[in-house]
Amino acid sequence: MQVKSKLLFLSSLILIFVINLFAGSIDPYFYTVIIYIGINIILATSLNLINGYTGQFSLGHAGFMAIGGYLSIALSTYFAPFFQNTFGTGVFGEAITFIIVLLAGGTAAALVGLLVGVPSLRLKGDYLAITTLGFAEIIRVVIQNMDVIGASQGFRGVYIYNNGVKAPQMVQDLGEMSNIFYAVPKFTNFFWTFLFVAIIIYYVHNLINSTYGRGFLSVKDDEIAAESMGINTTKFKVSAFVSGAFFAGIAGVLYGHFNLYLNPEDFNFLKSVEIVVMVILGGMGSMIGVIIAAVLLTILPEFLRSVSEYRMIIYALLLIIMMLTRPQGLFGFKIKRKKL
Amino acid sequence: MLEIKDLQIHYGSIKAIRGINLKVPDGSIVTLIGSNGAGKTSTLRAISGIIKTAGGSITYNGENITNLHPEKIVKMGICQSPEGRLIFSNLTVEENLLMGAYTRKDKEGVKDDLEFVFSFFPRLKERIKQLGGTLSGGEQQMLAISRALMSKPKVLLLDEPSLGIAPLLVKTIFEKIVALNHSTGITILLVEQNANLALSVANYGYVLETGEIILEGKADELAKNEEVRKAYLGE
Repeated sequence: MQVKSKLLFLSSLILIFVINLFAGSIDPYFYTVIIYIGINIILATSLNLINGYTGQFSLGHAGFMAIGGYLSIALSTYFAPFFQNTFGTGVFGEAITFIIVLLAGGTAAALVGLLVGVPSLRLKGDYLAITTLGFAEIIRVVIQNMDVIGASQGFRGVYIYNNGVKAPQMVQDLGEMSNIFYAVPKFTNFFWTFLFVAIIIYYVHNLINSTYGRGFLSVKDDEIAAESMGINTTKFKVSAFVSGAFFAGIAGVLYGHFNLYLNPEDFNFLKSVEIVVMVILGGMGSMIGVIIAAVLLTILPEFLRSVSEYRMIIYALLLIIMMLTRPQGLFGFKIKRKKL
Repeated sequence: MLEIKDLQIHYGSIKAIRGINLKVPDGSIVTLIGSNGAGKTSTLRAISGIIKTAGGSITYNGENITNLHPEKIVKMGICQSPEGRLIFSNLTVEENLLMGAYTRKDKEGVKDDLEFVFSFFPRLKERIKQLGGTLSGGEQQMLAISRALMSKPKVLLLDEPSLGIAPLLVKTIFEKIVALNHSTGITILLVEQNANLALSVANYGYVLETGEIILEGKADELAKNEEVRKAYLGE
C-alpha cells in the first residue's frame, strides 16, 4: 500500500509536469479557474487535517494564508534585485527564488500556527473557533496598518529608488529621482500549484493511515480515552494545527504570486468561512469529499456568472439545500481509509 | 504497590475528593464502590494523570506519580479502561487495540498481546475489521478493557465495567476480569456502582461517599457489613 501511494504520487508529478508544458495553450480564463481550484484544494485539505481529522474547529485559516502570502510577496519584491543577482532571471533562477519564498511563507505561517496553537488548543469547540477567528482578524488588521506592505491599499510591488529607498508607493519627496518598480513576479503556474496539491494529498493520506496518524483520529473520537491510552493529545492537536498552517501559508504564497496583488480584504472572515464550508460540504475527515467540494465551490460561482446579480443568492441557496439534504457532507463523516 | 495518600481533587470551588487514602497491593483486585457522584471516576482519572490533584500524593512502587503526564503514567504500567467505554468509534476494532499499544515500541510483543486479547475475548476477533462504534455495549466494554491491556499494564484501572451492559454479559466480563488476575497476576483497581458484584470478585474494598472513604475492609467482610448492605446492596 505504501509503495502504491508512492507510485501514484510520482506518476501524478510526471503528469503535472507534462500538462504544464501545454498550459500555455489553455484559455487564460480557464487557466485562472484551474489555478484557484488547486489553491482551494490545498486550503481545504489542510483545514481538513485540523477540523476534519483531528476534530478541532479552527476558523482562522485565512490568517495563515495571509501570513504566507504577504511575507512571500514582500520577499520576492523587496529582495528582487538580490534574488536576480544571485540566481539570475532564467527558469532555474526563478524556480530557486520561488522555492525559497514558498518555504519562507509556509514556515512563517507554521511558526505563527505554533504560537497561536499552543495556548489556544487547550480550548474546545466554539471557544477555539472564536479564538482562531480573533487571531485571523488581528493578522488582517495588522497588515492593514503596515505601510511597508501597502497597508489597506494592497500590495502589488515595490519602488526601489537609486538612493536605496524602498516603498510600495511612489515617494513624493523624492520627486524626479529615478527608480525601478519591482512588481510581484508571476511565479505561480500550473506546475507549482498542482505540485503542492499532490504533496498535501500524499502527506495527509499517508499521515492519516500511519500508526502515528491514528493518533489524530483518536483525539477527534474521544480525548479522554486517548489520554487514558497515553496519547499526548495536545501534541497531536498542535502538530495538526502547525502542519495545516504551513500548507495554508503555501496556498497564500501561490495565491500572491498568481494574483500579483494582495489586499488585506482578501483574507477577511469570509475567506476563512469559505474554506470551512468546503470542509463541511465535502464531509469532515473525507479526503475525496473535501477535494470535490473545493472544486465545486470554485467552479460554481463561475457557472452562475450568467445570472449575474442573483449569483450569490443561488450559491447560498445551494449550500442550504445541500446541508438540509446531506448534513454529513458529500462523503459523510465516516472516514474512508484503507484497511490495515 | 499503588498507594494514595490524602488525595484531594477540586473542581473549582467544589471539593470532589477530600483526602482519601487507598492501597492497591501488587497482584490483588481492589474495588472502590460508592454511589453516583461519590468521586470514584475522579479518583481514577487522578491516578491516570488526566485531571490534576489539589493535594496529597499518588505513588507507584515508591515513585511519586502525582500529576505526571498521562503518557508517562501509561508507560510506567498503569492503564485505564475509562468509564462509559470511551472507545474510538471511527477506528476499527484492530486499530482501537493498536491505539492501546501506542506507547509501546516492541512490535513483536504487541502482536503476541493482540493474539492474547483475542483468545481472551474471541468475540473481538470476529469483529476485527468492524468500526468500534458499531459494536454492542458489551463488546465495546470488552474492547475498552482489551485496549487497556494492550499497553501491557501492571496495574489495570477499570471504571464501571458493568455500566449499561446486559446482565448476562456483565457476568462474563467479571469472570474474565478474575481470570485475568489469576492467570497474569495483573493488579486491578475496580471502580463500581454494582457493589455486590464488585465485592464478589475483589480481595479488598473501599466505600467512597461524597469524597471520603467511610469504610474499608476485606471484600467478603464488607459484603456482610450491615451498613454496606443497607446503603449499596438494597437491603
